[in-house]
Amino acid sequence: MSVFDQVQGIAADILVVDQERVTAQSSPENLDGWDSVQHLNLILALEDKFGMQFEPEEIDRMRTIGGITRIIERRLNGAS
Amino acid sequence: MNVLELRKDADRLVDAGADRAAPVLREIWLNDGGPSTAAFVVSRFERLRPRLRLTPWRLAILRSFTVEPMVPMLRAGAFAAGIDLTIQVGEFNAYAQEILDGDSALYRFAPDAVILAATITGIGQLRDLVSVFRSRSQAHLIVHGVESPVFPGAGLLDAQSETGDADHVWQLNREIRSLARSTRGVYFLDYDALVARYGRLGWRDQRKWHTVRLPIRAEHLAHMAREWMRFLHPLTGKVAKALVVDLDNTVWGGVIGEDGMDGIQLGDEYPGAAYRELQEAMLDLHRRGILLAICSKNNPHEAMEALTRHPGMVLRPEHFAAMRINWNDKAQNLRDLAEELKIGLEAVAFLDDNPVERKRIREALPEVSVIEMPASPSDYAQALREAPVFERLALSEEDRRRGDYYAAQRRRTVAERAASTKEDFYRSLGQEAEIAAVTPATLARVAQLTQKTNQFNLTTRRCTEQQIAALATDPSWRVLSIRIADCYGDNGLVGVAMTHDRDDACEIDAFLLSCRVIGRTVETALLAHLAEAARARGLRRLEGWFVRTKRNLPAAAFYREHGFQLAREDGAGSLWSLDLSLRTVACPEWIKVTTSGAEARS
Repeated sequence: MSVFDQVQGIAADILVVDQERVTAQSSPENLDGWDSVQHLNLILALEDKFGMQFEPEEIDRMRTIGGITRIIERRLNGAS
Repeated sequence: MNVLELRKDADRLVDAGADRAAPVLREIWLNDGGPSTAAFVVSRFERLRPRLRLTPWRLAILRSFTVEPMVPMLRAGAFAAGIDLTIQVGEFNAYAQEILDGDSALYRFAPDAVILAATITGIGQLRDLVSVFRSRSQAHLIVHGVESPVFPGAGLLDAQSETGDADHVWQLNREIRSLARSTRGVYFLDYDALVARYGRLGWRDQRKWHTVRLPIRAEHLAHMAREWMRFLHPLTGKVAKALVVDLDNTVWGGVIGEDGMDGIQLGDEYPGAAYRELQEAMLDLHRRGILLAICSKNNPHEAMEALTRHPGMVLRPEHFAAMRINWNDKAQNLRDLAEELKIGLEAVAFLDDNPVERKRIREALPEVSVIEMPASPSDYAQALREAPVFERLALSEEDRRRGDYYAAQRRRTVAERAASTKEDFYRSLGQEAEIAAVTPATLARVAQLTQKTNQFNLTTRRCTEQQIAALATDPSWRVLSIRIADCYGDNGLVGVAMTHDRDDACEIDAFLLSCRVIGRTVETALLAHLAEAARARGLRRLEGWFVRTKRNLPAAAFYREHGFQLAREDGAGSLWSLDLSLRTVACPEWIKVTTSGAEARS
């Protein structure tokens, strides 16, 4: 399963929407229920699943599902 | 089945509106509890909620750190345990005002329980808060202890100082613990031990602490929620009273029917040591008042031989309250065991290494708590120790000895089957009864019996300790208790009679006997004592009501069988009367009765 697929699945769980509604462009601006509390829950769920802790600066850059996926991929590829 | 398949299974069942989805969701949560699973489990349970019989419960969390991400996990764990949790989170660091202000959101919420998840700095302030809280609310209060520093400020010098950080934390935790012990409904959550369990450095998340005031790392949030659930299980009564275990590859390694006494693994060396450790964990549960029982597919004589004689066994047959060692379906065996132990299936936990048997029980008997088993036998003991259904927040002397009572009962049943007549069986028991007036020491147990006894209870009159204490000082009333011991052991205090003298009659207001001793003529001995004592006080009649309930059929013929005449019958029940100048009740010759304080007043 690709990183995007996993992020998509976790976001769908946290925001309680169908997986198909979560795309690379999805963001707090265009997806219902993605408020600051759910944003924290999403980040914690990703940290839990991928076994990593994001830097505050990385969290600031997590504004879309695609952006989140790229940050995790970069981490998994050894850069941080 | 992996979690993805379980999720599909759950969604299919939820869409079909089947309440069978609940155990599947529970399994998902137990196998994969974490932030994303919590959201999934909670959203599905919310759709199922109208179809499930859940216990509603209101929990307030007062806090000095961010707890919001744990709320969905706590709700998921609660749903999985059959609790519909409504959670209110207090304002950040406002816990003192919320407790002190009688009109705060805390009290308006009317919680059943409150968690104080705050960094306590001094015992004086906490003592004041607890005392104000207790004066305003009957809710349970769970107080977090404080956490040791990862690195004390003074470094190694901390150990040399009388006022070091580490010493301060230990001292404060000891004081909180002692405050909780001495205050009704207040419990200590050992936060320092929780953090240590998972590793202090790995528990903390300084990044989240600095940015959003969340001190706990993502992977441990579920552990915090689970720790809270350990308290909610006993508080809401979602507990197991009995643990039913398999034998082969659970209590010992190998299969007794194939490997024999010399072949099974059990002892101080690996792999036998793993099974021994599990038995030690079971023994700890036994000491906590949890009944142990066996459900095993085996030839009974081979299994009993190992239970009785294997040198590696920690547990022996006397530790088990009931056994089903046969080749029958385990679901049916579990139903029979619950009936024999007189407990509901929701009070049964099941431990079996075989995933097929576990699945069978989960599907056939969804009320039963099926303990998830880790892959390695070395982890079995821990799986049992961390199961929250075995948690208790208080333990009475009766609880501690419950296992012994049931084991003695099992031996009595064997003797009863072997005896040729009922009378032979009664004589073989060598029963000794002690009938005594209620004392401050027995008051709690007497009240508990009036509240819990359903079957052999003539009037089902429920009394509080305060009511009984008041009756005991009234000269026209007598409140008596009966203890029974026999050659198989002490049954403890098992019966209560309350009588009221009026004119020339002694009226039996309450007469009840624990189901533990029904069928051993103890009730006749107690009634004989009442008749003899009434006659000694110069009374002419002994009278008693029978008030029918759904459950007290076993007591329906009691007065008739002892020579009483029906005096009156109305909507309230039937009144029975014995003319003491013509008749009496004979005490069975096989029960030796002693009295203490029972006749102090005449």
